[in-house]
Amino acid sequence: MASRIALDGKLPVGAIDTRASGWWAMIFVVFTEASLFAYLLFSYFYLAVQPHLAGTFPQGGPPSLALALPNTAILLLSSVAIGWAQFNIERDDNRRLCWGLGIGAVLGMIFLVIQYFEWAQKPFTLASSSYGSLYFTVTGFHMAHVVVGVIMLWMLFAWSAMGYFNRVRYAHIHIGALYWHFVDAVWLAVFFTFYITPLLGMGS
Amino acid sequence: MTIDDYERAPTVAVEDRQPALPEELRKLWETKPGFLGWLSSVDHKEIGIRYIITAFAFLIAGGVEALIFRLQLAGPNLHLLTPEQYDQLFTTHGMTMIFLYAGPVLTGFSNYLWPLLLGARDMALPRLNALSYWIYLCAGIFLYAAFAFGFGPNDGWFNYVPYAARAYNNGPNIDFYSLGMILLGISTTVGSTNFIVTFLRLRAPGMSINRVPILVWGTLTAAAANIFAIPAVSLAFFLLWMDRNLGTHFFDVPTGGQPLLWQHLFWMFGHPWVYAIVLPAMGMVSDGLPVFCRRPLVGYTVVALATVATMVLGFGVWVHHMFATGLPSVSLSFFSAASIIIAVPSAVGVFAWIATIWTGKPILTTAFLFFANFIVLFTIGGVSGYMTGSVPVDWQLTDTYFVVAHLHYVLIGINVFPVVGAVYFWFPKFTGRMMDERLGRWNFWTMFIGFNVGFFPMHISGLLGMPRRVYTYADGMGWDWLNLITTAGSYLFAIGVLMFLINVVRSYRNGPPAGDNPWDAPTLEWATSSPPPPYNFVVIPTVQSRHPLWEDRLGGETPGHSYVHAGLVLDHGRETVGTSPLDAEPDIILRMPKDSFAPLILSLTLTAIFIALAFNIWWLAIVGGLATGADIIFWLWPERGLGETAEPATNG
Repeated sequence: MASRIALDGKLPVGAIDTRASGWWAMIFVVFTEASLFAYLLFSYFYLAVQPHLAGTFPQGGPPSLALALPNTAILLLSSVAIGWAQFNIERDDNRRLCWGLGIGAVLGMIFLVIQYFEWAQKPFTLASSSYGSLYFTVTGFHMAHVVVGVIMLWMLFAWSAMGYFNRVRYAHIHIGALYWHFVDAVWLAVFFTFYITPLLGMGS
Repeated sequence: MTIDDYERAPTVAVEDRQPALPEELRKLWETKPGFLGWLSSVDHKEIGIRYIITAFAFLIAGGVEALIFRLQLAGPNLHLLTPEQYDQLFTTHGMTMIFLYAGPVLTGFSNYLWPLLLGARDMALPRLNALSYWIYLCAGIFLYAAFAFGFGPNDGWFNYVPYAARAYNNGPNIDFYSLGMILLGISTTVGSTNFIVTFLRLRAPGMSINRVPILVWGTLTAAAANIFAIPAVSLAFFLLWMDRNLGTHFFDVPTGGQPLLWQHLFWMFGHPWVYAIVLPAMGMVSDGLPVFCRRPLVGYTVVALATVATMVLGFGVWVHHMFATGLPSVSLSFFSAASIIIAVPSAVGVFAWIATIWTGKPILTTAFLFFANFIVLFTIGGVSGYMTGSVPVDWQLTDTYFVVAHLHYVLIGINVFPVVGAVYFWFPKFTGRMMDERLGRWNFWTMFIGFNVGFFPMHISGLLGMPRRVYTYADGMGWDWLNLITTAGSYLFAIGVLMFLINVVRSYRNGPPAGDNPWDAPTLEWATSSPPPPYNFVVIPTVQSRHPLWEDRLGGETPGHSYVHAGLVLDHGRETVGTSPLDAEPDIILRMPKDSFAPLILSLTLTAIFIALAFNIWWLAIVGGLATGADIIFWLWPERGLGETAEPATNG
């Protein structure tokens, strides 16, 4: 032991902020998931520009914004709640961390419920046309991501409530939040593609 | 030593003056003996060897399939196989070689070598490493189980619709292929993430990005490409599975679908994948060849940049697989130009390797022969690829044996030859024993002659108009003797591969001891014992050049002095040092996970979901999904020992 020399500077030990390996891994999970959605939306646009009978793409005309627009706002608000939770754990405020995570998770669940009603009122099905296949597949992929995200947020909520995290050890929170912000951001791309581009003249 | 704080001043030491340290580290890092230890191991060396052995098992399977259908093609009008058997055999051959051998074998080498090359104690995410292997194994078994029951894929490896659609392909064959490929895609994505994070975070202190071996550049580039490309093929196969099972309309025209969507999605993945299964192999040559030329690689920087540039361009050439589909001529012109331009970065490597041999003092070992002749085969395959990059030439040659010749020169020339050379080169490190050089010469020349006799005539049969994928052909077309030569060559090639396997087994048992650095090579993996201990390095090296073990003889060419046997101790548990992404300045002490069953269990539950989907057993899919979720939650549960919770990390 005597021949070992301790260095002057100290290094943090364990999973710390953006130096945790898991945080880097999540960045590349987000890249690959973003690519998945890029290919999904490519498929939409590729089929949208093929010749179609009038009124079949989007089937029944441009989809209504009545539920989708407020639902988009709800999802974005959930990202704000999670951001607030992240802000607070860095200040060692575990109570507000829990509140932020809980509110974010509940908003995510409200999004899912409204999506259910959105799906239920569609006049077409997964199997009725290429538009129906695209609509339910792409929004379904997104909903699956929201479901995973909501479960993840509740797990983070539970772990926070158990006092696992403080202002040094919060890598799990930041890694989970990164995923959740991605799920919210990618919805904007899905929303723009399915709800806005038909209003701009995409499809027939 | 009871409780560490959130931060610690690490100690440094000289290896020779720490006699107790190796034993202490061994206790921390060694996998428990026995079958359960084997199932739970997260040691990158163990996983790397498993990858290599599994990939070679698939290489043998795919090779035997080829030998069977080469008999069928040896002469005109032969009926050894029925058309359906032939379809399944050649498709399974392609699937096996491209997806189950060529990618995974390189993953295996990089898994084994990366932490050793980078001066780390393991990959950044050891449990994910185990997960990627287990899923690969499960996906391979899944695909081969279908083949064994007569439900192998039968539509060519790129599986075009409409023939892959339910209406024309009613059996479960394509369903198994689709689901197996999605499962395999998860494995590749997981592994690629791990490589990228390891590159960014686990390089030894001082190993800035311009000091990593070219193999690291090759694998990094491939991994980054996989991150962006794999979703395309997984999605394509998922959409096809839905078309076949849930009645969706992505690929059928009457309800607004489009068969070409399949081709776009498949080749947006497929072409980057071609580079993903050759760039790491080129990297192995770039690192191995100079050792036998007794000098550093000529043009390190341009070779590294060309590796990345090839891949970037590789994302913009996918339509050259679709020149004959009736796309607009402006699109053909663009993709033709891109396909021809890509020859420039590809050729950079060729000139660098030739210059390295030219200006070096070559030692003609077996590994050198494989590496050097790879350049020849790569050039032939590259030129035939360059030819088909031209639209009019492609219209003439597409779907003929010319393309078969091209892709085999590329895949065998740039993947199999470097891989076999790499085994000769790194076998001493893997096992502590040398391979037999005499048998190695026989091995090399048999493979080299067999390969060229087998595959070069395919260029000619293609030019004479022989289409690919025909199960037999009429006589009098001028193809008879060419096919006979091809079949003879393929058997000679197989004998060469057999010699290689015999050499591996014999050398593993009786080869002479290798010592740490039998080739007098310059990189870090040769600084530790052969085979390396579970912890790789007693102390973490500090690196100041590309050739830490050649610094004394390269003299002024190196900027500083590396320390290989003196450095960070890190013995408070399984630990390694995390460094900054570009300059490799130490910025954290990473706590590494213990061996775990979670990866194995997760891959089994995931596979259960895919089996359920294949047989439409929906309750099993739900149970599998719940079990997968539970396993992930268990896996990610914040652990004190990993420094993830509010209490300080402990030694426990």
